[in-house]
Amino acid sequence: MSGPAYLGLRALVKSYDGVKNAVDGIDVEIARGEFVTFLGPSGSGKTTTLLMIAGFEDPTAGDIMLEGQSIVRVKPYRRNIGMVFQNYALFPHMTVAKNVGFPLRMRGIEASEATRRVEDALDLVGLRDFSSRHPRALSGGQQQRVALARALVFQPDVLLLDEPLGALDKNLREQMQVEIKRIQREVGITAIYVTHDQTEAMTMSDRIAVFNDGRIEQLDTPLAVYRRPTTRFVGGFVGDSNFLDGRIASAREGRVRIEGLGEVRVPAGATAADGAAVAVLVRPEDIVRADGAARMSLDNRFEFVVRGIVNYGDTVMVMGETGGLGLRIRMPGRAVGTLAEGERIGIGWRAEDGRVLAG
Amino acid sequence: MARPDVRAWLLVGPATLFIFLLFVAPLGEMLWRSVGGADFTLKHYETFFSTPLYIRVLGHTFWTAFVVTLICLLLGYPVAFVIARYGGKLGGLLLLVVAMSMWTSFLVRAYAWMVILGNRGPVVALLNALGDPNPKVLFTTFAATIGLVHLLLPYMVMAIYAVMARIDPAHLRAAASLGATPGSAFRHVYLPLSLPGVVNGCVLVFIICLGFYVTPVLLGGPQDHLIAGLIGEQIEELLNWGLAAAMSMVLLVATLGVLAIYNAVVGLDKLWG
Repeated sequence: MSGPAYLGLRALVKSYDGVKNAVDGIDVEIARGEFVTFLGPSGSGKTTTLLMIAGFEDPTAGDIMLEGQSIVRVKPYRRNIGMVFQNYALFPHMTVAKNVGFPLRMRGIEASEATRRVEDALDLVGLRDFSSRHPRALSGGQQQRVALARALVFQPDVLLLDEPLGALDKNLREQMQVEIKRIQREVGITAIYVTHDQTEAMTMSDRIAVFNDGRIEQLDTPLAVYRRPTTRFVGGFVGDSNFLDGRIASAREGRVRIEGLGEVRVPAGATAADGAAVAVLVRPEDIVRADGAARMSLDNRFEFVVRGIVNYGDTVMVMGETGGLGLRIRMPGRAVGTLAEGERIGIGWRAEDGRVLAG
Repeated sequence: MARPDVRAWLLVGPATLFIFLLFVAPLGEMLWRSVGGADFTLKHYETFFSTPLYIRVLGHTFWTAFVVTLICLLLGYPVAFVIARYGGKLGGLLLLVVAMSMWTSFLVRAYAWMVILGNRGPVVALLNALGDPNPKVLFTTFAATIGLVHLLLPYMVMAIYAVMARIDPAHLRAAASLGATPGSAFRHVYLPLSLPGVVNGCVLVFIICLGFYVTPVLLGGPQDHLIAGLIGEQIEELLNWGLAAAMSMVLLVATLGVLAIYNAVVGLDKLWG
């Protein structure tokens, strides 16, 4: 974290039925100006947590601190937190300018000042010429920008975004990721972004909080979450992965015994005791094809039978098996050559590309 | 939208035939009679427009329709709001109650009001106990208005509810997150979004009320007769078909006038939600 905590969630719990906790003890400290993504599958508690920050849900226990002050008892309309909703929630009976001016009107800001700020906000999202249109006359991406302008125009302390790109098609989604990130940096606002899309989380965030079952499994930078997942769930949810189940043969020497495969080398000084049940995570792109002499530089070398090939153009996912275990290998598109189903090839990976997780 | 072809006409054929034979044709005959048939005359219309009583009844009909619509709106809007906003068991129950009163015959309901408001009814008994020895409740404008409101309230609730049910709750959250108190959010967001339902409900109730016959006759006094009652009287008691037909045409034109205004402002296709 780059600065002192600006927004803090302390042991936050939400239960709707008094039996199961939808949010089960969330602790996060967010610095001013930071972009944090809540990433997780549906029902993992990420949206509920966001709604508690916005004030639309009351926490069952725990506290929410903004600049050292608890805001749990503050009504949503007094929190000064901007929010972009999943389906934008633009007011259909108001023009773009009226929509963006709404929060200023609610704050009794004088008309000429409000007009100026609405224009600035529309400039920021590149929609100045659309101010007299109604939302229904705009495309999905434009509506999204209006929603963003409306959530920023009153200079909120925090910006919340609830799966804001879910309704857009793929190209527009990528464009808006860049756009949202640019605007967030330009304004310097603290932002929390909720999504189940790991690509969005990877490309936009300063840090990612991976939610599962009401808890945060890991909170770290995108690269760390991808390269050094701390749980099997995180490893499986973020990015493609191979899990090899086995037991630690020697933690000190970095050897894990995999059922059906034999021993694989992992970084020495692993986290669990000898004999403990673990899973070794190997990313498909870390496994390389290596026949003959090239094999010798790899710590783990196996024979692999090709069972299926999925071509993505830039890369190819090769599915097959090694010693009865299913394995996925990602190769550069041009490296595949004449690879055919049923073919036996040599593969391998380096010890440091294997990550030992609790099994 | 696809262009209607032969199959489309076949689908609407039976209903079109039914309406033509039993509605358009009789209506044409009424129009025919109102101008004296083959001996063309406008004397029935002259009689209508030159008789103060008839003009008064027409005015009273519009006034009653206006008052009933207003009361239905004031009573119906909050009910529709609760059903749409809170839903669940309470909403379902309220919706059932509203629908049930729509399913009960209006004649039965008019007689029920006669019992409730009549001389042996609870209302009179209560007023007696409060010191009014001889209250006049039944056969008054008050009774007629209550009866009409009771009959037409479900239409108002349904029309408003149909629009409210489609208002995305995210709009209210958005308003709150932007700094609107619950009152402001209602005034600036919810109310304008529910307005189409209000207009629909008002037009529906107003138009049904314009042509209402039985309830004011049964519950109101002679001064509460609406124009439909007057038409019935002309036919049943005076066999004055010409004048009755002319009155019907006036009522029809008035109703179409209201619909025309609605169509110009909102669009007729929106009337049923």
